[in-house]
Amino acid sequence: MHEGVYREFEETIAAGERIEPRDAMPPEYRATLIRQIAQHAHSEIIGMQPEANWITRAPSLRRKAILIAKVQDEAGHGLYLYGAAETLGARRDELLDRLHAGRQKYSSIFNYPTLTWADVGAIGWLVDGAAIVNQVPLCRCSYGPYARAMTRICKEESFHQRQGYELLLALSHGTEEQHEMAQDAVNRWWWPSLMMFGPPDGESPRTERSMAWKIKRHTNDELRQRFVDIVVPQAASLGLTLPDPLLRWNEERGHHDFGPIDWAEFHAVLRGEGPCNAQRLGQRRRAHEEGAWVREAAAAYAARHAARPAGRAA
Amino acid sequence: MNGPATGGPGRATGVVPEAAGAAGTTAGTASGTTEDAALALGDDALVLSHRLAEWAGHAPALEEEVALANLALDLLGQARTLLTMVGDEDRLAFCRQERAFRNVQLVEQPNGDFAHTIARQLYFSTYQELLWEQLAAGDGPFAPLAAKAGPETAYHRDHAVTWTLRLGDGTRLSRERMQRAVDALWRYTGELTRPVAGLAGVDWAALAAGWAERVGATLRAATLTVPEAPARAVWSAGGGRQGIHTEPFGRLLAEMQHLHRSHPGARW
Amino acid sequence: MSGAADVPGGADRVPGGTDWPLWEVFVRPRRGLAHTHAGSLHAPDAELALRNARDLYTRRGEGVSIWVVPATEILASSPEERDPFFAPAADKPYRHPTFYEVPEGVRSL
Repeated sequence: MHEGVYREFEETIAAGERIEPRDAMPPEYRATLIRQIAQHAHSEIIGMQPEANWITRAPSLRRKAILIAKVQDEAGHGLYLYGAAETLGARRDELLDRLHAGRQKYSSIFNYPTLTWADVGAIGWLVDGAAIVNQVPLCRCSYGPYARAMTRICKEESFHQRQGYELLLALSHGTEEQHEMAQDAVNRWWWPSLMMFGPPDGESPRTERSMAWKIKRHTNDELRQRFVDIVVPQAASLGLTLPDPLLRWNEERGHHDFGPIDWAEFHAVLRGEGPCNAQRLGQRRRAHEEGAWVREAAAAYAARHAARPAGRAA
Repeated sequence: MNGPATGGPGRATGVVPEAAGAAGTTAGTASGTTEDAALALGDDALVLSHRLAEWAGHAPALEEEVALANLALDLLGQARTLLTMVGDEDRLAFCRQERAFRNVQLVEQPNGDFAHTIARQLYFSTYQELLWEQLAAGDGPFAPLAAKAGPETAYHRDHAVTWTLRLGDGTRLSRERMQRAVDALWRYTGELTRPVAGLAGVDWAALAAGWAERVGATLRAATLTVPEAPARAVWSAGGGRQGIHTEPFGRLLAEMQHLHRSHPGARW
Repeated sequence: MSGAADVPGGADRVPGGTDWPLWEVFVRPRRGLAHTHAGSLHAPDAELALRNARDLYTRRGEGVSIWVVPATEILASSPEERDPFFAPAADKPYRHPTFYEVPEGVRSL
């Protein structure tokens, strides 16, 4: 390494170009990205659980197919993201070990339970809706492989939010019981969805640096506001209300005002005190441990049958 | 909405699917109608899809999450096409009693460990592959579906063979588990090659021979022993095709049907 | 090109990990187009790598053909992205058609 090795990095960032894996980059940039991409990947994998909880009870075959495909996408998106993290020199098995040991986080939203079928709709509409607001700017993230993974993910996820909205719409205009189910789910998922954007700007220590590096393009509060402004009219079109008496249009700001978020709850769930933290991590660990013999068998078979003549590419 | 085969009030037992009802009777074979056959094949796909989807979030490798979901989705697609040939797919899936289902017992067997799931896949996909081959070659009512499902099923079999080889010829532990699974599910395989009522144009003897040959070759290549035990249970009051199922099936249905049945007439 | 770029330095990878090896995946989107890098995945061997690639990268019919390559088998032209290998090419604008002035109205050139 020599002088100016990060000068090229800074220049690339300043020019709005992408950093690619083998570029010289500050260790903090690499570490920040590995942590962020890994958490994102973990969120996709853990995020399969609350929805998979309803696959076997989906009330129509059409809904069942949609839900299987959606949960499958989440596994796929986790894989894309682990792949992006690996371009930075991280190893997937180590990232998974850190998740399993509770040393790396995933999005706290998945520590809430899916109690009724309507929760599947609320997750699609609100949770995926919030995720999309978060993720679209990441398609322009300064790190090439992450940006490319996010482009693919955003493209594939475009149906996720829509199916959730459609599911809730059917419930909202269905029987009285169905309508209640939908409203109840929205009531429970609204505030946790707002928390998905992370702590308020003043308390988000890494935001400034991430923005300077163009990993992040907008602050937490900016994205949260954007989400609220998008969702409020959608709620009206669903015939459902959002559980915030302070929610109203502010003509002066040109945005919706909304009530205070319970950050104590956010931090408690983050610390592991949410309703499902232990359950989610437990299932993930169990799947990994119980699958070990299968992965080992395939590795042993591969070692024994190495150098097989596969179809050669031409 | 008034699909047939729901074992409605007219049939106190709710046992016999009125498959030939509203949809109109078609010729089929001497012993059944096309609807009978569509129901049997549709139930196979529906129930196996359900079992495979139970793996979501529990698969032994993240890559297998994606693979198993693909199998489940393919089968669910086949099920929907087949059930729609009979009546309303949701009424058929969610409103029939256990004894009205016509799937083979193999597909309802619990997932067990990954070896059991793979053995079940090997047995069933080999059967389905041979069946689609024959049906696609004919000009019967199932030919279009068989032509579309054929490549899907070939991939299912490929997946099953790939894993049978790796588990059978992997580690000592995996070989033990795979052999145990192959043995445990063997008794449900005899039913696969028995004629399906209403399914014309299938050479069942050839199907049985092809099945034994393909499955045998895979098991041997995986260094596993081909079971010599009878391929049917001793007690045979019938089988899945006659609506006689195994105990785990009732629980599968209880879970699958609960929400739909809790809201009669609701739309989803 | 982006394929080699995304290989996380195969040689640097610590051996003895518990995970399956890493493979790079190239997908031909449709006939007439070249295979392009789609991403990576883990698999114990080439056969499973191909199957996993099919399931992961062509779920929505994104491809008609797949290549998989062990990540460790890809050679990069240099350890860095700003490659002296390619610097000379940037000096030769006359290789590109836009270098030449053509009077307006001249077609098919």
